[in-house]
Amino acid sequence: MSEALGFTAADSATRISAGEAITPEELRSAGAQADEDTARYALILGDDSLILAQRLGHWISRAPELEEDIALGNIALDLLGHARFFLTYAGTAWGKTEDDLAYFREEDEFRSARLVEQDNGDFAKTIARQLVFSFYAHELYRRLVDSSDQTLAAIADKALKEVAYHQDHAGQWLLRLAGGTDESRQRMQAGLEAVWAYVEELFADVEPTAELAGTGVAVLPSSLRENVMNGLRHLIDQAGLEMPDVKAAFGADRTGRFSEQRGHILTEMQVLARRHPGATW
Amino acid sequence: MSKPTTDQVPDGGVVAEDPADHSVWPLWEVFVRSSRGLSHVHAGSLHAPDPAMALRNARDLYTRRNEGTSLWVVPAAEITASDPDAKGGYFESAQGKSYRHATYYTQSEGVPHL
Repeated sequence: MSEALGFTAADSATRISAGEAITPEELRSAGAQADEDTARYALILGDDSLILAQRLGHWISRAPELEEDIALGNIALDLLGHARFFLTYAGTAWGKTEDDLAYFREEDEFRSARLVEQDNGDFAKTIARQLVFSFYAHELYRRLVDSSDQTLAAIADKALKEVAYHQDHAGQWLLRLAGGTDESRQRMQAGLEAVWAYVEELFADVEPTAELAGTGVAVLPSSLRENVMNGLRHLIDQAGLEMPDVKAAFGADRTGRFSEQRGHILTEMQVLARRHPGATW
Repeated sequence: MSKPTTDQVPDGGVVAEDPADHSVWPLWEVFVRSSRGLSHVHAGSLHAPDPAMALRNARDLYTRRNEGTSLWVVPAAEITASDPDAKGGYFESAQGKSYRHATYYTQSEGVPHL
């Protein structure tokens, strides 16, 4: 896949290297060009990762232990990396950079799911949100590597290994919080209950995703449901917790509507870039 | 005020036997084998609640720049170390015993490849 795009293998003889991972800069210089619908799809994928990265970044210096600060920070950076790829690719359709899209779009122009916008809550709620999103993302990328769009397939290939780790991280914590004290168990169950209303939106066959799935570019969201829910059910059973039985929240169908939290997230995320456009340091 | 005992706590309440035991995760020593190294080398230490999480934390703390191909984590409490203050007794006796080194001996004539 990466050869087809002309990406160079970046491994070097030095001990510290970027491995063979592609970079957003390479993606741009390789001349990848998204059409309108593909760009809109890439924006949906990118916005989920971007908003969740922003949410997770808030844990740095606030996690239960220094080690967990770093784990959540690493996961946030992985997600930010995925967002950079998707936004860079989406931007090729409109002559915009990843920064234009991340920092200079308005609240209703974002396509993120409500799940990733939910408040961090306590550590257990954050883990619940991570668990759902990483199971969803893992199944999505596992399928997207076969996309007929080579760029999306290459991005999915890179992201897949990383979300596999995110899945493991959240799963390990689910088991530990469930098997810890009465308090941690109660909080873990409450965390699952709190995010569960926002699970269903991930599987909505919205536009342009549904059409693109027909041509093999995208993965049909509803086709992810079975494996994702089975995976979650298996782990939640293993933890001895209850699968929440919560009515799905009203989704926004990825149109940018209906979000209480998004504006607040963007205010913090965009303020520096908007106050000092083009600033570097 | 005295500490409440378990039977004084209403249903559902928890009293840790010794809060100090649970407030801090145990310390683990981390050993990393680098991509070009033959053996695991001590990289540092970290806190984690159990071995599985220690390994994951080690991965985040010590291999995030592609430094390693293998990781060991060892409970720090399980390591028996020599006493730094007793360095003299342990190590200095080797000094001045140059006959323990091959270079002490002169090469015998007529013995090639030595």
